Amino acid sequence: MAKYLAKRIFYLILTLFIVITVTFFLMKLLPGTPLTNQAKLSQSQIALIYKQYGLDKPEWQQYLLYLAGAVKGDFGTSFQFSDQPVSYLLSSRIGPSLQIGLQAMVVGVVLGILVGAIGAMRQNTWVDTTTTVVSILGISIPSFVLAVLLQYYLGLKAQLFPIAEWGGFIYTVLPTLALGATPLAESARFVRTEMVDVLSSDYIELAKAKGLSRMGVIYHHALRNSLIPLITIVGPLAVNIMTGSMVVENIFSIPGIGEQFVKSVLTNDYPTIMGLTIIYSFMLCVVLLFTDILYGIVDPRIRLTGKAN
Amino acid sequence: MDNENNILEVRNLQVNFKTYAGDVKAIRNVSFDLRKGETLAIVGESGSGKSVTTRTIMGLNASNADIVSGSIMYKGQDLLKKSEQEMEGIRGQDIAEIFQDPMTSLDPTMKIGRQIAEPLMVHKGMKKDKAWAQALEMMKLVGITDAESRINDYPHQFSGGMRQRIVIAIALINYPEVLIADEPTTALDVTIQAQILNLMKELQDKISTSIIFITHDLGVVAGMADRVAVMYAGKIVEYGTVDEIFYNPKHPYTWGLLSSMPTLDSSGDELPSIPGTPPDLLDPPTGDAFAARNAYALKIDTEQEPPFFKVSDTHYAATWLLHPDAPQVTPPAQIVERQKKYAKMQQALAQAQQTTGPVEEEEEQQ
Amino acid sequence: MADTAKLPADSFKPMSADDRAALDSEKIAAPSLTFMQDAWRRLKKNKGAWVSLILLALIFILAFGSAIASPHDPNQVHPEYANLPSKIPGIGINGFNGTLVQAGQRIDAYKQAGATGAHYLMGTDYLGRDLLSRVLYGTRISLIIALVATLFDLTIGVTYGIFSGWKGGRVDTFMQRVIEIILSIPNLVVIVLLILILKPGMLSIIIAIALTSWTNMARLVRAQTLEIKEQEYILAARTLGESSLKIAFKHLLPNLSSVIIINTMFTIPSAIFFEATLSYIGIGISSPQASLGTLLNDGQKNFQFLPYQMWWPALVLCIIMLAFNLLGDGLRDAFDPRTKE
Repeated sequence: MAKYLAKRIFYLILTLFIVITVTFFLMKLLPGTPLTNQAKLSQSQIALIYKQYGLDKPEWQQYLLYLAGAVKGDFGTSFQFSDQPVSYLLSSRIGPSLQIGLQAMVVGVVLGILVGAIGAMRQNTWVDTTTTVVSILGISIPSFVLAVLLQYYLGLKAQLFPIAEWGGFIYTVLPTLALGATPLAESARFVRTEMVDVLSSDYIELAKAKGLSRMGVIYHHALRNSLIPLITIVGPLAVNIMTGSMVVENIFSIPGIGEQFVKSVLTNDYPTIMGLTIIYSFMLCVVLLFTDILYGIVDPRIRLTGKAN
Repeated sequence: MDNENNILEVRNLQVNFKTYAGDVKAIRNVSFDLRKGETLAIVGESGSGKSVTTRTIMGLNASNADIVSGSIMYKGQDLLKKSEQEMEGIRGQDIAEIFQDPMTSLDPTMKIGRQIAEPLMVHKGMKKDKAWAQALEMMKLVGITDAESRINDYPHQFSGGMRQRIVIAIALINYPEVLIADEPTTALDVTIQAQILNLMKELQDKISTSIIFITHDLGVVAGMADRVAVMYAGKIVEYGTVDEIFYNPKHPYTWGLLSSMPTLDSSGDELPSIPGTPPDLLDPPTGDAFAARNAYALKIDTEQEPPFFKVSDTHYAATWLLHPDAPQVTPPAQIVERQKKYAKMQQALAQAQQTTGPVEEEEEQQ
Repeated sequence: MADTAKLPADSFKPMSADDRAALDSEKIAAPSLTFMQDAWRRLKKNKGAWVSLILLALIFILAFGSAIASPHDPNQVHPEYANLPSKIPGIGINGFNGTLVQAGQRIDAYKQAGATGAHYLMGTDYLGRDLLSRVLYGTRISLIIALVATLFDLTIGVTYGIFSGWKGGRVDTFMQRVIEIILSIPNLVVIVLLILILKPGMLSIIIAIALTSWTNMARLVRAQTLEIKEQEYILAARTLGESSLKIAFKHLLPNLSSVIIINTMFTIPSAIFFEATLSYIGIGISSPQASLGTLLNDGQKNFQFLPYQMWWPALVLCIIMLAFNLLGDGLRDAFDPRTKE
């Protein structure tokens, strides 16, 4: 297990290194400079600004400096806000994004398990049909459409929740719902399929032959076996939430990293884009590592062999 | 013939399966008895309805199964009339089942101790500690070495033979009256097969249970069963004691089955097989379902289903060949041989009876 | 036990040859179906998938047909007819009759704009362009982007997956590592980076989506290839000396087809979703071109007052997504013999 963990952490670092390298040189391909948005400046002013951003050095030096900085969490200075380091910009904004993202994940997955399990238990009845329709709708309606609808009907019309900005928990409800819909739908579908499969397996037949009641069979045998594989889709769900948050944070004017990403893209603020790319990649890698380890802990078949596949 | 020695009486059972193409008549009027302490083998090729019969007894048929008629009397009560809840009380307590594939019939994420103890906790309301202690005893009984340390292991840590022992332990933990073994050795290696069969016989003596033994392998039957019922196309075509079926078979299908079984004294010739395939039970043929594959078929076989004809008090066969008007036919040479041996055995038995008095128990033929 | 009823005298003659011929024991009562026929039969039984297929066909015909015959020119500006609500002739329900609430009073917007004779089924946008024509046009652009991107994704993903699975060993491990690295950045981030490099526009959107979305296909195809590779018929083909390329096309591809078809049905809606998100953010299709995403973005700005401007494109987008998802589900069930009833 320790050996496996060490290997995985090594791969995580390697992946991040490749991500940083590739993004850095991709960004160098871009035409913009910190001066693109500025008015006409004198030669000496330009030289000064180039020095400030370290752009006067050869590219390989810039790269090494950036790499050294990134290890310490320093991603350079923003083009857009020339006095702000990217790391400060991001660290002040990551809190709201994490809160909404985690809430959406927890709410979505827990409700999804419930909906999926109920659907599988009542397979081919109207209950099953209803839960299937709910989950397929959740997958088909983009989060930004849902966000606008929630904002208008629950926020503006019904006055139940604030329509935008960032304050206490009440401000997180609508964005959480908008972002949680897809994880809910995806996990409901996944759990239903998995559980239908498990329910037709031989060991469920044996459990019935032991005289277990219907609920006993579900609770003791079917649920655990169908929930373990759910861990594998947590990574993709995290991606989904990150993607969705870019638009949803914009709609609800939440000062998170998703909103910052869109802003930076529209203003060609490359250092910030790079920093965000690395942050996103880092978070995703951690989620994937975490889910892999969790899978190894809960599934006895993997626990002892110490292999991931 | 409702004998009080019978623990289970199946009468006129008919089960259909609803499919897109129509009703598949999987069980067509099956009746049989299971006596206390005996082993009844139900033999037939795949699709003959053996497994459906046992599933119906357990009340575990697929949702598209439709029990058209019949009764299954267990201790004077019809299992088919029981509610789902009443059946839950019977399954694993009075009637237990061993499944075919030990590789898939254990829960992969549950410790085997828990899996064996579960029927105790469900039916006897036992607390965990006590149930586990009994599970441990049962593990030793079914021959799992080092049971103390293995009770916390998961199924994937056991070999196929060991897993089948665990499945047997689960089935026997409540000392059921009836044990249904649905091809319990088919998925195992030949050497392991013999171990498992010996174990089952040994345990049957210890806990005096009646066994319904489902198999397609006649070789296994000889050592295991007291009586044999041969099934074909959803019907029982012949039943009798193991000696009667093996040495004095009357139904051409049983002839075919026996001839296609290799024996030590069968000479080097090619092993005979039964030509053709079983009929499609979506649309079973009128008359005898076996007629199309039967070299001895009579005209009436295509018109009318044969009733059971009595051969002896314990031996019946459903073939028109036993009708008094039917022509005398000579069975395949191998069967004639068997019948001759049987006649000799009977003679020897009669002589022995004259000299030493009645034999207490039928001798078993390996 | 024995039957005592009188039986005809000839009953016990051996069965005649004719009788025997009539009894064909090989007869199968259920009609035999090939794999594809069977899948098709099951697909047709799945109402959701069937309706989706018809809906999608309709949307395709309308969206691409509108290139030839559109109700109005999607780019024709009529400032005097700006922001007219939906008006569907014969329907009197508020919201579809050309009226809207202004300063607390329901008024006929068409009369006010002096367009009593006209009726725009989905209304008009802020420049007076016919929304129906815009939606049809936008749907066409969205579908083209999704289809072309999916086509690329198919070729890259399938080739990569087959190669990786077939080669196995170190090559496979390396190729899977590459995929893992690509998957360690959220797709949308990569797409945005690529579009920034390639300059926003339809072509760069297609390339960006194609370059990122093949990983899923590659993984599925690889897993399936690994499984099929071990099958006896592949071994037989190899033993007979068939070339690897021939085996790939004759044996592998047909057996991968269901995985590929099903996954395509899920790739298309995700490409549509990415395009809509990009346009919504503001780095997608730019005016006067339109896609469902840009229409949504435009509509969202006025949602409070002119909700129809977002409802219509949102509805079309959701229907397309829903239909592809349902069809994908239906195909998966149809191709999976285990779900056979």
